[in-house]
Amino acid sequence: MERDNIVVRFCGDSGDGMQLTGGLFSSLSAILGNEISTLPDFPAEIRAPQGTLGGVSGFQVNVGKGVFTPGDKADVIVAMNAAALEVCALGSKFSKQGATYNEADALFKRDAVVVVDTDSFTDADLKKALYTTDNPFTELGLPESVQVVPVALTNLTKEALKDSGMDNKAVLKSRNMFALGIVCWLFDQPIDKAIHFLEGKFAKKPALIAPNVKVLTDGFNYGQNLALSINQIRLTPAIEQEHGTYTSIAGNKATAWGLIAAAEKAGKRLVLGSYPITPATDIMHELAGRKDMNVMVVQAEDEIAGVCTAIGASFAGDLACTSTSGPGLSLKSEGLGLAVMAELPLVVIDVQRGGPSTGLPTKTEQTDLLQALYGRNGECPVVVLAASTPANCFEYAYEACKIALENMTPVVLMTDTYLANGSSLWRIPQLNELPEIKPQGVPEELKGKYNAALRDENGVRYMAIPGMEGFQYRNMGLERDAEKGSISTNPENHQRMILARQAKVDQVADRIPEAEVWGNAESDTLLVGFGSTEGHLKAAAQELDCALLQLNYVYPLQRNVGDILRSYKRIVVCELNSGQLAAYLRSQVPNVTLLQYNQMTAQPFQVEQIVEYVNNL
Amino acid sequence: MNPQDYKSDQYVRFCPGCGDHAICMALQKAMAQIGVPPHQIAVISGIGCSSRMPHYLNTYGFNTIHGRGGAVATGVKTSHPELSVWQMSGDGDCLAIGGNHFIHEIRRNVDLNICMFNNRIYGLTKGQYSPTSPKGFVSKSSPFGTVERPFIPAELVLGARGTFFARTLDVDMPTTVDCMVQAHAHKGASVIECLVNCVIFNNGTHAWIADRELRAEHSIVLKHGEKMIFGVNKDKGLAIEIDPKSFIPKIIVVPADDERVLVHDATLQDPTLHRLLALMGQERFVDTNYELQMTNDELPVALGVIRNVEAETYDEAVNRQIQEVREKSKAKTFDELTLSLERWTM
Repeated sequence: MERDNIVVRFCGDSGDGMQLTGGLFSSLSAILGNEISTLPDFPAEIRAPQGTLGGVSGFQVNVGKGVFTPGDKADVIVAMNAAALEVCALGSKFSKQGATYNEADALFKRDAVVVVDTDSFTDADLKKALYTTDNPFTELGLPESVQVVPVALTNLTKEALKDSGMDNKAVLKSRNMFALGIVCWLFDQPIDKAIHFLEGKFAKKPALIAPNVKVLTDGFNYGQNLALSINQIRLTPAIEQEHGTYTSIAGNKATAWGLIAAAEKAGKRLVLGSYPITPATDIMHELAGRKDMNVMVVQAEDEIAGVCTAIGASFAGDLACTSTSGPGLSLKSEGLGLAVMAELPLVVIDVQRGGPSTGLPTKTEQTDLLQALYGRNGECPVVVLAASTPANCFEYAYEACKIALENMTPVVLMTDTYLANGSSLWRIPQLNELPEIKPQGVPEELKGKYNAALRDENGVRYMAIPGMEGFQYRNMGLERDAEKGSISTNPENHQRMILARQAKVDQVADRIPEAEVWGNAESDTLLVGFGSTEGHLKAAAQELDCALLQLNYVYPLQRNVGDILRSYKRIVVCELNSGQLAAYLRSQVPNVTLLQYNQMTAQPFQVEQIVEYVNNL
Repeated sequence: MNPQDYKSDQYVRFCPGCGDHAICMALQKAMAQIGVPPHQIAVISGIGCSSRMPHYLNTYGFNTIHGRGGAVATGVKTSHPELSVWQMSGDGDCLAIGGNHFIHEIRRNVDLNICMFNNRIYGLTKGQYSPTSPKGFVSKSSPFGTVERPFIPAELVLGARGTFFARTLDVDMPTTVDCMVQAHAHKGASVIECLVNCVIFNNGTHAWIADRELRAEHSIVLKHGEKMIFGVNKDKGLAIEIDPKSFIPKIIVVPADDERVLVHDATLQDPTLHRLLALMGQERFVDTNYELQMTNDELPVALGVIRNVEAETYDEAVNRQIQEVREKSKAKTFDELTLSLERWTM
C-alpha cells in the first residue's frame, strides 16, 4: 500500500517515553524527506498513577506529503498498555461506563492498524484501566476492520537486552524502541538511517547507543521475520536531501532565527518592536528569549508603537523589525509609509491569517498581498518577499534584512499560519555560508556636508547614525528637497523624489537571482503561485506534468518573470485569495492571459482539486 | 558650548509672536548649558507646530508622524541609551492621537525629555479644540462650544506613575531653561508642560498667568527645598489643611511668614502633594464657566519642577537584563546557538 501521508499515534503511560518515541519517529521521517506535523498530547495530570486512564500520554504525527495538520484520526496506533488502548478507542468518552468504539469519538480510524504490547494487558493492568471483563478488545467493541497487531513488547525487549547487563527498569524503558522498530518496518523505513539517526541522538550518552540500536533493530526484524499479517505502508518516495546537519523547525522560529543570523552578519543589533497577535506572536516569544544573542525586544503598547519603536531603532542604527498579522499590518500602514519616506531599513513580517478584520485568527490565507503591496497613502513602494516553506522562512527573513539594510528600504516578508506553525526539515547553515550583508553607511568625506537626500550610484541614500560627529541631519515624513534634504513643497521636486524612491526599490531586482521554473518546463501549462502554497502546487504540477513558477520575490518581480509568463500558452495563477496575485501580475506583465484558481476557505489547497480544475480547463 | 551651536541653518517658521519661538530659544540655551554635544542628541517629534522643532536644532532630528513621536523616541532611547533623547509634542499630538504612547512612555519610565507644548488648540490644522481646551470653548469644530471634559496633563502624568513633571510658560525663559536642564538630569520620562500662546487661533489662552502684571499673583514657581512663597510683594505662602470631616487635604493660601508655609520637596515618592500642587488654579482651564463652579479661593498656578523622583528607567533595565543573560549564556553567536537545536547529520 502506498500512501502520501500517514497519521501515527504513539500512546502509553506518561513514563513510557511516548514523546521521545514520537519525536524520534517524526525527526526520522523528516530526515527521510517527509513533511511532518506533530501534536504532543499530554495528560492533564503531570504524573498520574501508572497504568491508569488519567496517565495516558500521546504523541500524534502526520508524515508524508501534503501534510496540513497532525491529522484528525490515526491510521496507526501504538498502544503501550491497556489504558492507552482504551483512551484511543473511546476518545473523549473513555471514562463513560459501557462505552464502545465509535469512529466519531475514537482517536483512530475504522481500518487502523493497532499495535499493542500484550505483556501490558495482565489482569492487574486491565483492572487499573477500569476494564470489567478479561477481553479488552471485545469490551471496547473494536470493529473487525481494525487490524490488531499483538506483540509481546516487554518480553521481546527483555530478550533483546538479556546480555546487555542493564537492570530491569532500564530494560523496560527501552520498550519504546522495539515499538519504533516495528513502526519503521511497517512504513518500510530504511533501518540503517534510523540507526544512524539514533547514534547521533545519543551521541552525548554513548552507553545508550548500543542497547537502543539493538532493540530498534530487533523490533524491525520482528516485523520482517514474522511477516506480520498486515501490509506494509509505503510513503510516497521522498526527495534525497543534501548532505549536512539538519533539524526540524517551525516557520515562526525559522523567521526569528533568520533575523538573528542577519543581525550578526551585518554587525548590527537586532531590535524587534512588536505587539502580540495570532499567529505571529511566536516570533516575538522566540526573540524575547534570545537576549544571549543581544536581541532587544520591545513589547509595545500597540501595533503602531511596535512599528514606530522599530523605526526609532532603525533611525538610531540598528537592524529593526516588527512582526504582525493582517490586522496589525493595517495599523502599521502609516508607520510603514514613514519608513518609506524617511528611507530607513525596516523589516515587517506579516504572518497572514484569515481576514478581513479579526476574521479567522488561527487559519491560513494569502489575502494580505495587495495590502502589503499597496496598502499605504501616497506613492509608497516597499520590497515584498514571501517565504514558501517553514524552513525557508529563515532564508527569506535573512534576505529581507539584507535587502533592507543594503537598500535603505522597508521590506515586508509575508508568511502565514500554515508556515508559522508547521515544521519542516531545515539544513542548519553556518554563518559563513550565508551571503554577505553590507549595510548602507556614509562616506567620511560627507562630514559636515551630509543630509538625508544624498544617494550613492545605485540611488540608495546614505545613512548617518546619531552619535556620528559632523553628520547631524533631520529626517522626516515630510517631502524633502532632492538635494538639500530639507522640507520641500516644490512640485517638480516632489515628482523627482517619488521617482527616486521608486527607482531605489526597482533596482533591488538587479540584486536578486532570476526566477526558475520548477517541474516540466517544456509543458505548455504553467502554474503560478507565491509563498506557502509551494508544496501543494509542486504536488499538483507533478501530477499534471506541467511547470510551476512559485514566487518568493513578489516586489519587485525578478527580471525574467515577464519572459517566463510570455513563454507559456496556458497560465493558471493559484492562490488562497480571490485573485490578488493575478491582478498584480496583470499590472506588471501586460498582455498575458492569466487563468485563476482561487480558494477562500482559510485552509491550504487540496492538490486533487487543483489537478481536477486544471484538467477540466 | 553656546546656544548658537545648537541652531540649525533652517529659517524658523513659527508665526510671529508664537510662544514656540521662546521654547525653541530656551531649548538651545538649555542644551548649551547641559553641554551634551549636538551629535549625541536626538530630537524626535510627531506632527503639529511644536513638532517642527527638530528642523531648527543642529542635532540629529526626526520629525515623524502624528502622535507617534513617543513610540519612535522610545525606540531610539531604548536601543541607544547613550544618546540624549528629546521629544517635542503638543496637546493634540501627545494627548489625543498619541495619548497611548504618551502614557506608556511615562509608565515605562523611558529616559526621555518630553516637551509638551500646550496651547489648548490645534494650530496647524487651523483652529479646532484640543483635549486641553476648556469645556464650552468655541472653535471651528465647536461653534456652539465644546461639551467635552478636558485633560489636565499633570493628572495624566501622575496617573501613569510619572516620575518627573514640570510646568513652564513661554514668557518665562529662566524657568523654562531650568526645567529643561532638570529634565535632562532626571533619569526617566521627564514631562515638561510648556504653556504656549497661539497668537493666531487662541491668543491669550494663558493670559491669566502670562500677563506681566498678573503673573506674580496668579502663579508660583516651585523650587525644590525652597518655601512656597508668591505674590508681587512675596507676602503669600502655601500651606496644607486637612478637612476635619472628609479628611481630604487641600492647599490654602496663608501669610508668607506663617510657620505652616510648605517647603517644596519634588522628591516625595508619594504623589499626593504633587498632585494637589499641580492642580492649583486649573479650574479656569477646564471650563469656560469655571467661575460658576468655583468653591475655593483661586490658588496660583504652579510652575517649575513639581515632581522629580527616582526610579529605574526602561532603557537601563532592558539593556541590563540583556547584559546579565549574555554574561551567563554559553552561546553568544549564531553558530553556537544552532548547537542547542536537536540536530542530526545526513
